[in-house]
Amino acid sequence: MTTIRNARLALTAIAFAALASAAGAQGTGKLKVGLMLPYSGTYTALGVAIENGFKLYVDEQGGKLSGREIEYFKVDDESDPAKATDNVNKLIKRDNVDVIVGTVHSGVAMAMAKAAKESGTVLIVPNAGADAVTGPMCAPNIFRSSFSNWQPAYAMGEVAAKQQGKKKAMTITWKYAAGDESVNGFKEGFEKNGGKVDKQLTLAFPNVEFQALLTEIAAAKPDAVYAFFAGGGAVKFVKDYQAAGLNKTIPLYGPGFLTDGTLDAQGESAQGMLTTLHYADGLNTARDNAFRVAYAKSFKLQPDVYAVQGYDAAQMLGVGLAAAKGDIGKKAEFTAAIEKAKIDSPRGTFTMSKSHNPVQDIYLRKVDGKENKLVSTAIKGLADPARGCRM
Amino acid sequence: MDFGTFLVQCLNSVQYGLLLFLVASGLTLIFGIMGVINLAHGSFYMIGAYLAFSLAPLFGDQFLLMLVAGVVLAAIFGYLLEWAFFSYLYQRDHLQQVLMTYGLILVFEELRSILVGNDVHGVKVPAWLDGSFALGNVMSYPWYRLFASAACIVLAVGLYWVVNRTRLGMMIRAGASNRDMVRGLGIDVKRLYRIVFAAGVALAALAGMIAAPMSSVYPNMGASVLIICFVLVVIGGIGSITGALLASLLVGFVDTFGKVFFADLSGIGIYLLMAIVLIWKPEGLMGRRS
Repeated sequence: MTTIRNARLALTAIAFAALASAAGAQGTGKLKVGLMLPYSGTYTALGVAIENGFKLYVDEQGGKLSGREIEYFKVDDESDPAKATDNVNKLIKRDNVDVIVGTVHSGVAMAMAKAAKESGTVLIVPNAGADAVTGPMCAPNIFRSSFSNWQPAYAMGEVAAKQQGKKKAMTITWKYAAGDESVNGFKEGFEKNGGKVDKQLTLAFPNVEFQALLTEIAAAKPDAVYAFFAGGGAVKFVKDYQAAGLNKTIPLYGPGFLTDGTLDAQGESAQGMLTTLHYADGLNTARDNAFRVAYAKSFKLQPDVYAVQGYDAAQMLGVGLAAAKGDIGKKAEFTAAIEKAKIDSPRGTFTMSKSHNPVQDIYLRKVDGKENKLVSTAIKGLADPARGCRM
Repeated sequence: MDFGTFLVQCLNSVQYGLLLFLVASGLTLIFGIMGVINLAHGSFYMIGAYLAFSLAPLFGDQFLLMLVAGVVLAAIFGYLLEWAFFSYLYQRDHLQQVLMTYGLILVFEELRSILVGNDVHGVKVPAWLDGSFALGNVMSYPWYRLFASAACIVLAVGLYWVVNRTRLGMMIRAGASNRDMVRGLGIDVKRLYRIVFAAGVALAALAGMIAAPMSSVYPNMGASVLIICFVLVVIGGIGSITGALLASLLVGFVDTFGKVFFADLSGIGIYLLMAIVLIWKPEGLMGRRS
């Protein structure tokens, strides 16, 4: 009997020893970073830019953050909210990653935020602007390195009313969360500064038959139009707006997404348009110039706002890890460090709001040739109101 | 809304409706006559739009010539497709048809991605259709949209005439109701079906080509039009070309005016319309009770 008991004791001891060494190894072994980004479909280029930006920062640190080598696990998010939970669980449950970076599509990001909240895995969102991620869904382990839909929109509203002196405006967007959040942000900024949004036009996503709505705009003759579209819809809308002859009489405003990455296709029709975003071409700061040169050297590509957001996601991870001495398990230290950090971003330094969204300068840009040239800083250090966040 | 705006919105509605009809007529032809539920029909519309994008630089301002060339290519493509895939589907149940044609959507999207990529493209309006038609101070309307409406009207009338007034149309209608009887009369039903299918593909592709300069050319454009087309076929009554035309115009008006007056409901307007029609006439506007 005693031999059996001794054997059991020995086995238990070995098991504990194995566990202990595994736990110890976690502090010094490779840090597992799960990249859940679009690697297929319409957003592929965005996913690639984010990954490039992230890896650029890590490479600049010699491939290590706080002495820990980085091991990447990649999952294609397919830009499909229906598959989002399964896909993120591949990283959380199968690969046991320490941190997840993703993604572009807001619907997918919401599912990821939910999974991260439940499992406690650190999540850094490098693009999706859904207000809810740092609003009602906010959590100590969820961070965003990009923007909330409210931010550039609110800034454009203020610019339109204050600087441009517009009184009456109309908004137009797809009837979906990002569109609603954006036009509401504009309305808030515009009306707080004395303007009035008369009418809010919408159409079903991703419908691009704008003719009826353009007819309506032409008849109502507002002082300005604020539009939120992205990708193909943005190209089509800006072109149609010009084809209808509206750009000559009614200026078209929008968040940067209306003209970012779409200028090649928009060509003549976008010239002179004003948009707002947390990044612009020709910032011409030492930090941004160095970043642009390094990026162009590494990837033979010009960086864009997505690359910046990926780069800053890695910076935020680096800051947190440094405070936790490489052990991401030290959650309190990790989170506190990022909350207090000043991120030295190519876009200009930014800090974190209480809900973990960047408090950042929003720039006013003007389309000039194939660039969104910096005009001025629309609002310095704009924080998202983070409505609904309890943390 | 003043009178001019109202008029322009009516023109917008008719133009949109007629374009939808062009796509839906092919769908209803293939479904009504051969009994195939073809989910890949939207892909033919997308293929048409990409054809226009690829062919437009070669033809310059010879827009009509380009449409003809595109239609011929699309018809040949449809003919081959029927021979390779669809001819095996007629005797199968609807589940198998849906699976097969859904598979084809994936194949077409992947091929498109390989051949022309995932970018959004614009197609230039030919110079002779550029600009707007002005009616004094009352209204102005783009020439190209007038042209698109006119082209669709010509095609709709032509289609009606072929189906209801010609020998070919008679064979088609007879083949739809009794395949064996028609074969008994010594008509090659296989070939007849192949022609009808090619025509359906060509119609959808033509709609895509006409739409290309108005709505840009983009991935997945087939999927969105397909859903609306099924709504049209259900509203109009399965297999009825006249029903499809009526439904298209109705949907054009509901969608256009819905967008303008009930912006918040813009996404569901046509589905509400479908629900109302189905409550009132479960077999669709022109459908036959079965």
